Amino acid sequence: MKKTWYAYPYVVWLLIFIVVPLLLIVYYAFTVTTNEGIRFTLENITRLRDPIYLKVFLRSVWLALISTLACLLIGYPVALILASREYRKKRFLALLFVIPMWINFLVRTYAWMTLLEKNSAINVILNFLKLPPLNILYTDQAVVLGMVYNFLPFMVLPIYSVLVKLDKSIIEAAEDLGANYFITLRKIIIPLSLPGVMSGITMVFMPAITTFVISRLLGGGHYTLIGNLIEQQFIFTGDWNFGSALSFVLMILILLSMLVMRKYDKDYEGGGAIW
Amino acid sequence: MQQEPIIRLVNVSKDYNGTEALKSINLYIRKNEFLTLLGPSGCGKTTTLRIIGGFEQPSEGEVYFNGKDITNLPPYKRNINTVFQKYALFPNMDVENNIAFGLLVKKMDKKIIKKKVAEMLELVNLKGFEKRSVDSLSGGQQQRVAIARALINEPEVLLLDEPLGALDLKLRKDMQVELKKIQQYLGITFIYVTHDQEEALSMSDTIVVMKDGKIQQIGTPEMIYNEPKNAFVADFIGESNIIPGIMVKDKVVNFSDRDFECVDTGFAVNENVDVVVRPEDVKIVKREDGMLEGEVESVTFKGVHYEMMIRTKGYRWMVQSTLMEPVGAKVGLKIMPNDIHIMKKAVAE
Repeated sequence: MKKTWYAYPYVVWLLIFIVVPLLLIVYYAFTVTTNEGIRFTLENITRLRDPIYLKVFLRSVWLALISTLACLLIGYPVALILASREYRKKRFLALLFVIPMWINFLVRTYAWMTLLEKNSAINVILNFLKLPPLNILYTDQAVVLGMVYNFLPFMVLPIYSVLVKLDKSIIEAAEDLGANYFITLRKIIIPLSLPGVMSGITMVFMPAITTFVISRLLGGGHYTLIGNLIEQQFIFTGDWNFGSALSFVLMILILLSMLVMRKYDKDYEGGGAIW
Repeated sequence: MQQEPIIRLVNVSKDYNGTEALKSINLYIRKNEFLTLLGPSGCGKTTTLRIIGGFEQPSEGEVYFNGKDITNLPPYKRNINTVFQKYALFPNMDVENNIAFGLLVKKMDKKIIKKKVAEMLELVNLKGFEKRSVDSLSGGQQQRVAIARALINEPEVLLLDEPLGALDLKLRKDMQVELKKIQQYLGITFIYVTHDQEEALSMSDTIVVMKDGKIQQIGTPEMIYNEPKNAFVADFIGESNIIPGIMVKDKVVNFSDRDFECVDTGFAVNENVDVVVRPEDVKIVKREDGMLEGEVESVTFKGVHYEMMIRTKGYRWMVQSTLMEPVGAKVGLKIMPNDIHIMKKAVAE
């Protein structure tokens, strides 16, 4: 007898908390409530053509891309170090990376606010050293910094877990055939760790493009990303239709970027001519 | 005049966090020889190979290559290549790129590389496999790619770490013959690690038997088989009967309550020794003609011969013979003086 009923609670959960909300978003995105009742419309979507909103979208994508790239550039070497033979035994280093995640996300972000303030500890030290003060709170830099800081573990961990599973003898084989560390890294380690890089990019890019907390706290009250825009529609303006339309477009955007990455991943696996 | 050995290990020790994997190894490897490091797992044979390859640094001692100290030289600067135990092919490249890797790293001309890859594929019988992905190959084919990938760099020494371990018996025998052929054809030094004594005996010019991080004996396969230096070597290389005995005087040894004539000299009077007799050297004769009397306990058919366990007073003899005696038969055993090998007792460790 198949015990498919084990899955029923999950299916119910899936319906209530994923399928129904998604349908609701689509419903609100393509309808408008007027005095005559509810009717189908594309207005909510076309409103996005307004340069104000386009700018918000572009800025969100841009900042998310920069943050993802920064996470990759910092995270890959970190993952390499954590996965290297010398550190593999010292589990606490990997742990050190995870521990900040135990602290509440908001608390960590508020901490950065204090650190970036005009009279922060950092600026006191800079001032003491007769260096120009750091005034980046409520700017793009602060938002990117907050994203990189908060999402870096999501880049490091998937890459790390691919790297530790890499067959060590493959790396030794490359060395044996005359490749120094950098050639081995370029031709063997990085290509073989691409699946980890891919999931790292996805796991950073998605929260980065949708965040509204980091941009609000570190970007200041008037700083708007898509996430803030959506939040505004639901909480302050009460325009659920436009909010849903924004969410819908954002979802399509994320879906498209994931498809592109999947395709790139596949292309790579096909191999090619000599290098 | 003695030729300078291609590789020389001098007092090489290796210590892994307090456990000694190698204890002061001294080893000379001559040019163009097929040398096998043989021993049970954990004897240090793979560690020795990895030290020669540069993947491990010895805790003590030096490694010389053509007279030059290469102890701290990284693997990519050594003119030595390795065939790894599980092949370690690059899964992100096709067969051609795998084999070409070493030459591509050296930035050799692409046309020359293509020609050399074709030559190598021919050498290992994989013509036409250039564009195949390595995952689509069988174990035997992957092994050949691994060999081609190492040999294309024209190394002076090829290290092979139990390369045939994952193959089935028939394929293993074929690859043994092929490897030996390749070695003779190319005239390069092979250092081969295995725990399979038969493989070692059939392929090697020189066998190094190791145990517990120490070399037990170095010699030709014939020497190792016929004149094992101690009871461990005798036991590890083929089956052996090992009986404690006492040297009565030169050329006479006492075991199983009886004096036997032998050919060994140079032991102290009444010295405790190990007596080693190969199973095929014990002759079964009529009960009254034997030197020892025994009863057949079990018989196993092994193809070429029967293997019988024969119980005498105080010892169970393993005897190999083409003629079978039934279980329970009372037989006599006879051993020729030439077939009795006397060994110093292993010093208690």
